Amino acid sequence: MIKPELICPAGTPAALRSAVDAGADAVYCGFQNATNARNFVGLNFTDAELERSIQYAHDGGTKVLITLNTFPPAGKFDLWQQAADTAARLGADACIVADIAVAEYIQRKHPDMRIHLSVQAAASSPEAIEYYVREFGVKRVVLPRIMTVSEIKTLVEEIPCEVETFIFGNHGLMVEGRCSLTNYVTGQSTNMDGACSPAACVKYERAEDGSMSTKLGEYMIDRFGPEETAGYPTICKGRYKAECREDGYYAFEEPISLNASNMLPDLITAGVHAFKIEGRQRSRAYVKKVVAAFREAVDSIMAGEEPKLADLVALTEGQKQTEGALKTKKWR
Amino acid sequence: MSVELTLGPNLFHWPAEQKLDFYNRIADESPVSTVYLGEVICSKRTPFFEKHLDAVADRLERGGKKVVFCSLSEVVIKRERNLLREWAEQEGRDLEVNNTAALLYLKNKPHRIGGLLNVYNEETMTYLAKQGATHFALLPELPRAAIANLGIRARELGVGLEVQVFGRASLALSARCYHARAHDRTKDNCQFVCEEDPDGMLLSTMDDEPFLTINGIQTLSYAYLDLIADLADMRDIGVTHMRIMPHTCDMVAVTQAFDDVLQGRIDAAEGEARLRGLGIDAPFSNGFYHGAAGDAWVAPNAVTAA
Repeated sequence: MIKPELICPAGTPAALRSAVDAGADAVYCGFQNATNARNFVGLNFTDAELERSIQYAHDGGTKVLITLNTFPPAGKFDLWQQAADTAARLGADACIVADIAVAEYIQRKHPDMRIHLSVQAAASSPEAIEYYVREFGVKRVVLPRIMTVSEIKTLVEEIPCEVETFIFGNHGLMVEGRCSLTNYVTGQSTNMDGACSPAACVKYERAEDGSMSTKLGEYMIDRFGPEETAGYPTICKGRYKAECREDGYYAFEEPISLNASNMLPDLITAGVHAFKIEGRQRSRAYVKKVVAAFREAVDSIMAGEEPKLADLVALTEGQKQTEGALKTKKWR
Repeated sequence: MSVELTLGPNLFHWPAEQKLDFYNRIADESPVSTVYLGEVICSKRTPFFEKHLDAVADRLERGGKKVVFCSLSEVVIKRERNLLREWAEQEGRDLEVNNTAALLYLKNKPHRIGGLLNVYNEETMTYLAKQGATHFALLPELPRAAIANLGIRARELGVGLEVQVFGRASLALSARCYHARAHDRTKDNCQFVCEEDPDGMLLSTMDDEPFLTINGIQTLSYAYLDLIADLADMRDIGVTHMRIMPHTCDMVAVTQAFDDVLQGRIDAAEGEARLRGLGIDAPFSNGFYHGAAGDAWVAPNAVTAA
C-alpha cells in the first residue's frame, strides 16, 4: 500500500512554515502575480521569500510545489516563462501546470523539473491524462473533484502517472479551468488573471429589514435573513430563481466544503499517491490545524489505527461539509 | 483577405424535427460558409440526432456549406470515452475538438480546435498546429489584445482563426447537470428536461435580475454576445471566421445581417438595428472583446474613441 503524500496550501511564508512544522510532505505556493489561480492581494511569495521558504521546507524534509496553474493570454507568455525559470533556479520540486505551452516550455527548458498537471487542466479521463503524460512527461495529475472513489481506483490502474486528489477545502462544482463566470461579471478572468470572485468586486449590503445581500459586481449572489451568516459571494455557490422553482435555490451547489476525511482509507486502498488540502487563501492558524489533523489521520491509518477527525467540521465553509463526488455519482 | 461566416454547433437540446427543419432552412437560405454539427454538451442527448447527422450533412453540403463535426466537451464516463474514440476515428470528415482527450487520437491528423478548448496564447496555438490543428475557434472570454496576438501567429502558421460574434456565451462546464438539479432530478434520471428550454433556462438573482442561463452541464450568459459592430476590426487583426451560435430566433435573418455587414451591403449600425429588431428577449453584450466584464455593452462610439 502506498502512503500518500500530504500536499498542503501555503498562501504566505508564515503559512508555509506552519505547514512544514505540522508535518506536510509537500507545500504548494505561487508568485505574486497572474501566474497562479489565487492571485489575491496580500497572498503569495516574492522571489526572495520563495527562496527562503524553499530552504526552510527542504531543511524540514518537505517538498515545495509551485502553482503555475493559470493560462497565459497571448502576448503575456513571458511572465509564465519567468515564473518557471525562477521556480527552477530556486530549486522547487515541481511545477503545477494547466496550460499546454507552459508545460511544453518547462519540459524543454527545465527537463529535470517535475510537471504536475493542475486540476485547472480539467483532465477528467484516462485519455486526457495520457495525452499530457505522452506530450509533456507529466508525472502526476491532480484529479477534478468529480470522481467517485471507485472511478478513481479504475483510473489509477489505467494511467501512467501518479494521482493526487483533493480531500479538504473548497468544493466548487464547475469544471476548474473551464469557468469564466467571474470574468462575465467583473472583467477579471479566473483563467487569465487568477481571480475567482475577487474581493474588490464584492459588496455586502444590509437592507432595512435586516437582511444581508452579498454581491459580486452588480449581481446579487445571495440574500440572507437577519439571523443567518452571510457567506462570501461566489457565483457557483449563490442562490437564484428559476421559473420551475417556487423559491430561490442553490442552482449549482450549496456553500459547502469538501471533507473526505472519512474516505481516506478507501482512497488509500484505491492507490492515490497524494492528498491535497485546498486553501492558500486561509490563515496560518487554519493551515496549522488542518495539516496537523490530516497528518495524524494518515499516519494512524497507515499504522492500522482509527483516525480522529471530528474537529475539522468547525473549519469547513458555513460549518457544512460534503464528501463531494467521492461516495456516489448521484450528485451529478 | 476575405472573411467567412460560420454557424457554430447547436448547444441546446431541441427535438430532432426542430433541428432538421432548422438545418434545412440554413442549407437553403443562410449565407454561412461552414456549419458545425454534433452534440457538444451532453452524451445522453447524442442518440436523438445521430441518425440524422449524415442526411443533414449531405443536405448542407448540397447547399454549398462545408460541414464540420464537433466532439463532446466533457468526457468522463465510459460511454463518453467510447463515443469520443469512435468520433475521433471517423475518416474523411472535418473534426472539431472540444476535449483534450481527443488530442490523444488525432496527433498528426488534420483537425480543428473548438471554442470550448483552452487555447489562450500563441505558444499553445503553435504547439497544437504542429500536431495537426488547422483551425482555432477561441473561447468567448478572450479580449481583443489577446486575439490580435493570436491573429499574428495564426497568419504565420497558416491556420484559421474563428471568434464567436453572436449568441449566448458559454461561461462554464460542470460534471453536474443543473437542469436536472433544478427539477430535483439527477443526471441519470433527467428525463431530458433540458428540452423545455431551447435557448437555455433562465437563472435570475434573488432581486429578480436576469443573470445566467443553464443548458444541462453548461452555464451560459443571459446576454447575447453581439460583435456585429466589431467585424471590420476583427478582420483587421486577423480573425478569418466569424461564428454565429444557433438560437431559436430567426437565424437566417441573423446570419444575413452579419453577411450584409461583412460584404459592405449595409453598415454596422444598420446591422445592429436589424439584430435588435428580431425580438430577442435579452440584452446584447460585447464586454469580453473590449476587455470589460463580459456582460457589458461597450457602445460603438466609445470603441472608436478608444
